[in-house]
Formats: sequence, structure tokens, C-alpha cells
Amino acid sequence: MKVLIPGALRSYTEKGEAEAGGATLAAVLADLERQYPGIRFRMIDEQDRIRRHIRIFVNGGQVRDLSQPLNATDEVVIVQALSGG
Amino acid sequence: MARTTGKAAVRKQKPAARARSQGRMVVLVATRKGAWLYHGDAKRKTWRADGPHFLGHVISHLVLDPRDRRTLLAAAKTGHLGPTVFRSTDLGRTWKEAARPPAFAKAADGQPGRAVDHTFWLTPGRVSEPNVWYAGTSPQGLFRSDDGGVNWEPFSSINDDPQYRKWMGTVQDGTPDGPKLHSIILDPRDPAHLYFAMSGGGVHESVDGGRNWKTLLKGLDVVEGFDSSEPTFHDPHCIRICPSNPDRLYQQNHCGIYRLDRPSDTWVRIGRNMPKRVGDVGFPMVVHPRDADSAWVLPMNGTTVWPRTSPDGKPAVYATRNGGKTWQRLDAGLPADEAWWTVKRQAMTADASDPVGLYFGTTSGELWMSRDEGRRWACFARHLPEIYSVEAAELK
Repeated sequence: MKVLIPGALRSYTEKGEAEAGGATLAAVLADLERQYPGIRFRMIDEQDRIRRHIRIFVNGGQVRDLSQPLNATDEVVIVQALSGG
Repeated sequence: MARTTGKAAVRKQKPAARARSQGRMVVLVATRKGAWLYHGDAKRKTWRADGPHFLGHVISHLVLDPRDRRTLLAAAKTGHLGPTVFRSTDLGRTWKEAARPPAFAKAADGQPGRAVDHTFWLTPGRVSEPNVWYAGTSPQGLFRSDDGGVNWEPFSSINDDPQYRKWMGTVQDGTPDGPKLHSIILDPRDPAHLYFAMSGGGVHESVDGGRNWKTLLKGLDVVEGFDSSEPTFHDPHCIRICPSNPDRLYQQNHCGIYRLDRPSDTWVRIGRNMPKRVGDVGFPMVVHPRDADSAWVLPMNGTTVWPRTSPDGKPAVYATRNGGKTWQRLDAGLPADEAWWTVKRQAMTADASDPVGLYFGTTSGELWMSRDEGRRWACFARHLPEIYSVEAAELK
């Protein structure tokens, strides 16, 4: 599925869009990590929590649970939170 | 390129202490918005800026490996992204991210687990331990790498030890930027002997390679009204070991300046000998590379609501040449007044030249140096972001 990558993470992907597969959000993030080593830990902490200033949307709705099931046609958007003013 | 000028006064040196040959100096500057390397000539008179590296990244510490004088480690995060460590083996020309940055163990299901907010402190291993590095994090955690900083693992049991977790307190029990583990100090003579400090959480020592630890708090004051027997109330700001006498430690604490001469386990508050109107509060602690009686501090105002700025807006470095019995004000070249500086605990350092060069960076983004052990100061870079750490190292 298509995953939109925020500017802060493009040092890993070198583009604003990536393709990743998986039946859950956790699996998609694992696939991103496989393709772009290091990218997951910048978004997800060691307790598997989405970091404070990262937001993940699936088909326009915010997702907070990494076990969220996904379909191949879903669009995942990773954004930097508007938390800094 | 910024230039400095001025005479380098030569101080009579103690017979047993000789400086090694002087090569090119590099000053490593970590800031809230990136990192810079300042390359100096052999006389430390002119400086060439190399940077920014990682523009926009919060760089807490940038350290050169003294064992090869080529490898750099940078502790980084950004406003949005989690923490990591970058590594360069060519003095910053190229960088590669750590494969496994410092991270706490995953908590058992249902248990609250901690997450590293940022790696704060980096200490290269001993000469006898190639590729070993130690890291201290915020919140407080102790980590070690055995492969030059590529993979990091929790070191010793303290990160998850119930007693240590209690002493570490919560995220509210530390500095405004979060509680920190810092001042990881390795006894160069003994591979099993090391120290670390926590703000808050006190000073700790191991003599068995990190398997067991004991507190090292005797003689240290805490804020009035708190129990000094409780490690969580202790706030060491910066501890340094004397290279010329590893039995001597100096400490700048939230509550004073101290010296410890081993095997004693009682700190002596040598800051009592500072001028009363200046006080003995501050953040950095700098020791002389060859003379264990000499050390420098940069006092901050620790009265009332803790402004943490230069007392009376008149910045000065204070030096002792006799282990803290007396202190000398060194402010020639520094602003005479209206300079409300803050200098953080990692933002002041010494090189190993003769005479010793001293360097510090302010939170207002100015880099200052002295080529003559503090007698005369000059600014060699300004308008940088908030400076978090300054390290000086000699290149091959």
C-alpha cells in the first residue's frame, strides 16, 4: 500500500511516498523498517508507542493502535504533529 | 571564518607534567539546532568552521574517539523524531546512523515502560577497550556499545533496578530538559572501576565492572529541607576525573563545588572558598590535563528562583591552582557587564596543550576560548544556536 512520508523522515526514503505491505499497521511499519533501516525507531518508541510528535492516519482517520488491521488499498499517511508552534 | 588574536602567555609548568606534541585542534560544538566542527591551527589562533551538520537536529553531545582521532559520535534527535546516534569514521565527511540506538528494554505486557527521549552523554571506552563506548540518556539510563557505537545495549542492571528506578524519580525530577544520566567516568587504571551521576539521583560507583554499584554521596549538600541521605534529592551537575591523578575527582553540583580524593568517600565542599557574592553554583567542571590541583568553573546565579545566569550579568571563569583552597577570578576579555549568560554542563572544556586552552559555549550561541589557561578570553564564533556541548580534541 501507499505510505506518505513526512519531510523529517525523507532522509531515510529519499522520497515523499513509499510502498509497504502488511496486514496491520505494525506490519507495515516493520516493512518500512526492512526497506529503510532506522526509520521505525524515529516514529515508534521501544515500548511500541507512537512518538509524541508523530501522527499516523489511515484513509484520513487517525490511528493510535499499531494492531489496527489494514487492507492493501488503504492509504497510510505519516505526519509530523503541529506541536511546535 | 572567525579569527582570534592575542598573546598566549606561557606558564611555568610543574616538572612531572609535560604536554604532548601539539597538532591541529578541533573544537566540537553540539547545539539545539545542529553541530559544528571548528578546525584550528597548531597555535589555536585561527578557526575554520565546518558545519552545520544535521541542521535542525537537537545534538546533545558530539565526541571524537581519542583512540583513533577520526571517529565521531553524535547524540541526536529532532523536535518530532525519536533519538538516535550518528557515527562518522572520517571526521564528519560522511555519517551513518547507529543500527540500534540506546533504547530501554521492552516492558512486560501491562507494565509501564520507559522510552529514551534523548541520548545525553557519550564517553569513549578506555584505550584498552577498542570500540567500546558508554552513553547516558534522558530519562536516566546507562548503555554500552562494543562495536564503536553501531549497536547499543543497556549496561548493568540499573536501568530496570527497582531501587535505582525509585532514585531516578519521574520526568519531573530532573532538569528542565528531562532527568539525565551523565558524567560516565572510567578509571583509566582499572577496567572494573567506573562512576556515573544522575540529575537527579546522585553519584554512583562500581568496582566490579558495573555488576554492583554503591552511592557516593557523603559530604554532598542537597537543597534545604530535603533529606541528604536520599539519593533522589542529589543533583550532581558535572563530575570530572583528573587525568594526572585518577584518585581525584572534582564535581560541580546543584549545591556547590566539591573535590573527592580517593580512597576517601567523602566529598569536600571546596566551593565554600569562592567569593560569597558569586557563590559556588554552576554547571560545567573542567580539570587540568596534567595538574590535579588545577580546575575551572563558570559560576551561575543560583539564588532566589534560580536564574542560572552569570552573577550580576558579569561573566567570569574561576580557577583554582591548589585543589580548591583558593579561587582566582578570570574575566579578562569577557564582557564587563550586561551579559546574562548560561553555560551548560557539557559546554566547557579544556584541551591538552601547553598552556592549556579553555573553551566554552553559551546558550546564546557564542563560543569563547582562552589560549592561556583562562588569563585572557576571546570570542571566536557567535550567532550559533543554543550551545549544548563543547569538546576540544587534537587531531593526528
